Amino acid sequence: MANNEYLVQVEHLKEYFPVRAGFGRTIPLKAVDNVSFSIRPGETLGLVGESGCGKTTVGRTLLQLYKPTGGRIIFDGQVIYDSGEQYDENGRLKVDANGKPILGKKVQADMLPYRKQMQMVFQDPYSSLNPRMTVEDIIGEPLDVHKLCKNKKERRERVMELMELVGLNAEHAMRYPHEFSGGQRQRIGIARALAVNPKFIVCDEPVSALDVSIQAQVVNMFEDLQKKLGVAYLFIAHDLLVVHHISDRIAVMYLGKMMELADADELNDNPIHPYTQSLLSAVPIPDPKTARASQRIVLEGDVPSPLHMPSGCPFRTRCRYATEQCAKEMPPFTDRGNGHFVACWNK
Amino acid sequence: MTYAENGMPQKNPLSAQIDLSKFSTVDFTPATEEEKKQQEVMGESVSFFKDGCRRLMKNKLAVGSLIVLVLLVLTIIFVPMFVPYGYEEIIQVDGRRDKTAANLTPFQWSERESQYMEETGEKLFPHILGTDNMGRDYFIRVVYGTRVSLAVGLVASVMVLIIGLLYGSIAAWCGGTVDLIMMRLVDIIYSLPDTLLIILLSVVLQETLDPLISGVSFLKDLGTNMIALFIVFALLYWVSMARLVRGQILTIKQNEYVLAARTIGTPSGRILRKHILPNCLSVIFISVALQIPSAIFTESYLSFLGIGVKVPMPSLGSLANEARDGLSSYPLKLVFPAVVICLIVLAFNLLGDGLRDAFDPKLKR
Repeated sequence: MANNEYLVQVEHLKEYFPVRAGFGRTIPLKAVDNVSFSIRPGETLGLVGESGCGKTTVGRTLLQLYKPTGGRIIFDGQVIYDSGEQYDENGRLKVDANGKPILGKKVQADMLPYRKQMQMVFQDPYSSLNPRMTVEDIIGEPLDVHKLCKNKKERRERVMELMELVGLNAEHAMRYPHEFSGGQRQRIGIARALAVNPKFIVCDEPVSALDVSIQAQVVNMFEDLQKKLGVAYLFIAHDLLVVHHISDRIAVMYLGKMMELADADELNDNPIHPYTQSLLSAVPIPDPKTARASQRIVLEGDVPSPLHMPSGCPFRTRCRYATEQCAKEMPPFTDRGNGHFVACWNK
Repeated sequence: MTYAENGMPQKNPLSAQIDLSKFSTVDFTPATEEEKKQQEVMGESVSFFKDGCRRLMKNKLAVGSLIVLVLLVLTIIFVPMFVPYGYEEIIQVDGRRDKTAANLTPFQWSERESQYMEETGEKLFPHILGTDNMGRDYFIRVVYGTRVSLAVGLVASVMVLIIGLLYGSIAAWCGGTVDLIMMRLVDIIYSLPDTLLIILLSVVLQETLDPLISGVSFLKDLGTNMIALFIVFALLYWVSMARLVRGQILTIKQNEYVLAARTIGTPSGRILRKHILPNCLSVIFISVALQIPSAIFTESYLSFLGIGVKVPMPSLGSLANEARDGLSSYPLKLVFPAVVICLIVLAFNLLGDGLRDAFDPKLKR
């Protein structure tokens, strides 16, 4: 099952949160439902979707910050989580006669060694740094936890090196986070993630809280770091232009489900899923003439509540091409050639 | 486009653009490395604590209160060393009890004392605040009363802090059912009437404590009443502290830096120690500072009701109570302890407010 071509493989990942519905009764909120993707070493996978569609939850579940409800996560050839659920070729869950899933071997690896290889950069640079710690202590914490430095001097040198790497003045190591601007704080967060020399970083909307000029700097820095260190990114964002700029491949999510996954340019030029088409048509074009000529696909209605998902394809309530088949069953996530995966019944 | 002789483009007379011919090409050369460095000006590095102290020092009321408190503490520590009278000692002249020394006004000597001074030429220490109706020096009694009141306030607050911190952090850290049960217990204690419970407890505790502490000399010196008071305060007032601590920890647990620490693989103990506790300490200490005056006040009114510290040990409340008897003849006897109570409570409240303004991150401008 393990494929060495990929660094990270996520198969049928599920994350359900229990929501209280009345006295002593809970119903599952399917934040992430049957999401599968894989990332090659040194590659950037962009993950887009509107607010509340489960992008952040995918990132956090992948790092086991939330306990997954189901699925399998393989990192660097090692299975780090497996709920034991089995699927057939069409992506359907194998069930026994009673409708209960047939369970294989369950795996839950100790995460501590993997924390050295998988890291995360957070969205809000204002709340992701402890205000009572100096920058040196913030960046040095992973070094302490994983005992990567033998003594104080070595630790300090490593912190300085990391600060220079992310474009911070190493003389500011003894300062506190509140003395830095948003962009600088985000760089501190990146330096902290890089401290353990990870192979893979989940970037959870790392530029959404920054203003546009700083966004460009930080995005370019992510690219430079990738060239220098060869890390792979899962780049979560809702800004399609930024994602297209940085990503090798882009995945589109809607209501906890994966809708489309393709190479960045392929997705941009040839979106197949109706949701992706409408998303792309909403990207502002910095040229009035072209903008007037292009047609905007406006979706009707609101996103359904994730507590009461529509049957079959979750997008069908807003889809122009929806048919009866869409209401019956969730379309499988199939390859339409050249690694362009789409979950849609329309051909 | 036409160019002026200094090389800059000339402005079209109808254009709303800036007239560039006023500048020269020199103005548009890129900045050198040194000039760029000059732009990177950052203020002197300040830690959270230093920053808070600086803001506290700017608050005149808080600094004034701090000075008043320091003076008070110095007084109650050092003054009893210089004043030759004791708090329970009836004034004696020449080894004999001076019956004329009762109810003197400030800086007045009794007849026997004046006589004695005339005869021997020796100068006796003045009665700064006069004497009480038993002929005891009132100044030293007020000083000892302040000692008792402050000690009760401080010890009670520290006990409240310890119990509340432990209880609240356990509830917040465990969460779920443990949290639910622990917090409902707090609600129950919270709903009991304070005053009634304090009065009942202090009566009961005095009875039960007596045999327990009679063996320990240090505790015996302190007096059963004092210890009973400490326990009563600790038993009643920790609930609000526990709620506060739990609320703080729950809030801070939600911060992304705690999540970041978990991503790094930081063990729970270290997260609690390095990330959560330092961030809620300031709020907790502020509430301790505000807890002290309320404990002092409670002690005063208990002593005023006659169930506080035992005679002859004075406390500010019992002094005020005694002064009530001769209020129309000697009003000053009530004024002195009352003023000291007011000073302490006011100073602690103002200092607590100042601390909150300076250290509470939510109020930061």
